[in-house]
Amino acid sequence: MENNALAAIASQVRRDIVRMVSAVNSGHPGGSLGCADFLTFLYFEQMQHNPAFDMQGNNEDLFFLSNGHISPVWYSVLSRAGYFPKEELGTFRKLGTRLQGHPSTDKGLPGIRMASGSLGQGLSVGVGAAQIKKLNKDQSLVYTLHGDGELQEGQIWEAAMYAAANKVDNLIATIDANGRQIDGDVEDVLSLGDLAQKWQAFGWEVLTMNGHDFDSIRIAMQQAKSLTGKGKPIVIIMKTEMGQGVDYMMGSHKWHGVAPNAEQLTVALNQLEETLGDY
Amino acid sequence: MEFEVLGNKDTRSGFGEGLAELGQNNPDVVALCADLTGSLKMDAFQKANPDRFFQAGIAEANMIGLAAGMAIAGKIPFTGTFANFSTGRVYDQIRQSVAYAKKNVKICASHAGLTLGEDGATHQVLEDIGMMRMLPNMTVIVPADFNQTKQATIAIAAHEGPVYLRFGRPVMPIFVKPDAKFVIGKADILTEGTDVTIIACGHMVWKSIEALKELHEMGISAELINMHTIKPLDEAAILKSVAKTGCVVTAEEHMMNGGLGEAVSQVLSRNNPVAQEYVAVNDTFGESGTPMELMTKYHIDTPDVVAAVKRAIARKSIVI
Repeated sequence: MENNALAAIASQVRRDIVRMVSAVNSGHPGGSLGCADFLTFLYFEQMQHNPAFDMQGNNEDLFFLSNGHISPVWYSVLSRAGYFPKEELGTFRKLGTRLQGHPSTDKGLPGIRMASGSLGQGLSVGVGAAQIKKLNKDQSLVYTLHGDGELQEGQIWEAAMYAAANKVDNLIATIDANGRQIDGDVEDVLSLGDLAQKWQAFGWEVLTMNGHDFDSIRIAMQQAKSLTGKGKPIVIIMKTEMGQGVDYMMGSHKWHGVAPNAEQLTVALNQLEETLGDY
Repeated sequence: MEFEVLGNKDTRSGFGEGLAELGQNNPDVVALCADLTGSLKMDAFQKANPDRFFQAGIAEANMIGLAAGMAIAGKIPFTGTFANFSTGRVYDQIRQSVAYAKKNVKICASHAGLTLGEDGATHQVLEDIGMMRMLPNMTVIVPADFNQTKQATIAIAAHEGPVYLRFGRPVMPIFVKPDAKFVIGKADILTEGTDVTIIACGHMVWKSIEALKELHEMGISAELINMHTIKPLDEAAILKSVAKTGCVVTAEEHMMNGGLGEAVSQVLSRNNPVAQEYVAVNDTFGESGTPMELMTKYHIDTPDVVAAVKRAIARKSIVI
């Protein structure tokens, strides 16, 4: 897909995000905005997937959102990719909705195969799903996304060790390296040290990309795909800016889990072009 | 009243045999273990189905997540480790990735309760039934002997949804017939009686069978129910029995808080509040010792069942 077409979708996704969280005065806009370009690329260019959703997902690429709090960006991208009508985005976090605060399977929202929210669990799930693809001789891939703060959870490293030891080489994990978490900068809250070296030491292929540059994303994702089937799991450290696209949300951790009020929403929407039509 | 002892074996071996049989008959069954393959008797499955066996190492949280991911494409994952590491250690993983997400994972837990023995309180989980029965979507099964554990292992593979299967380490008498049909959620009425209903699970079913002889000599007619499924609980069987007997003793190798007894008392309080006495561990950790020494010391032995029956019947006559 052309970069400007991807950018147009991502702009609409960002509008959806800020409108969704503002409408219910809750939710997590910062990380959602930061991953809008990546998830747009994943669903509109990278993955072989079927919006006529089937839970088992055999012979199609699977995606697991481990940092479930950025559900707004995923819901928007799923909807814009055809999994469910965009009007349903207006039900986000409201009583009875399929668009729960954190992703869930129990309300049956198409596109979602696992509950997430309590952090650190999605890599294990992705590794398990990838191993079954191998067992089933299914050539498709498994993608996961994690926050950098989420890497403070020990289960991530259990899964990292396991995936390398078992040569789970049909899995591409991406780290949203925005350097922010609720209490402040990741570096200050609990430093991850040299993240690339950590993953390398755990036996993974490590790539990096700029999560706001579609050329950079494309190069890394194509390289990641070319590295599958070679005995090692693959991780991409994706540099992003929390709140990307809304100037007053960028450069700080403060908009991790705070919704803009009506006035702030207007300012945000003035910075984000409506390209596909608001829900 | 006579129960034929068909042999003596540990319930974990029943799990191992059941899993091995599933390995032969059901290509969707996969198994995961956290460095306790021998203890869980999973070796036979591993040997026969190396491609469907996943060694997770000492990393139980990851094992539960792997199992949840494996269930998505239609596999039926059986995880195996000690009961303590199958529940408390991984509660949040089970809660989110298995129970809430409704994944078809079978959490198979050995060395439950005091009868793990010499390893002591760090490993003797007595809270696991409570933790698991609190989770929506979770089925909780505590089979009574080797044969029943094998039958339950095979039965849960055919049941769609998360299951917690609890069994143990000590060699105990086998009394369930090898060809008995295991039905999830349907209690086994072992003896019919009119004076008291004894509702037991796991190893305490045999301890209750042992108590029957003494109760019979005392002229007490006891109805013994093997409540192998704690959730969903067979409420109809409980209510039908207490309508006849008017009092209940529950017997379990678990804390009084949260276990079978509490599940039964909920049914009674809502429907027919009769006297109930508990044979269970009362708000204390265990310690090192042989399984049978510990059952005696912590009052979950045969004499404790007899004493509880006497108390329950005494309370019944006061009420009348």
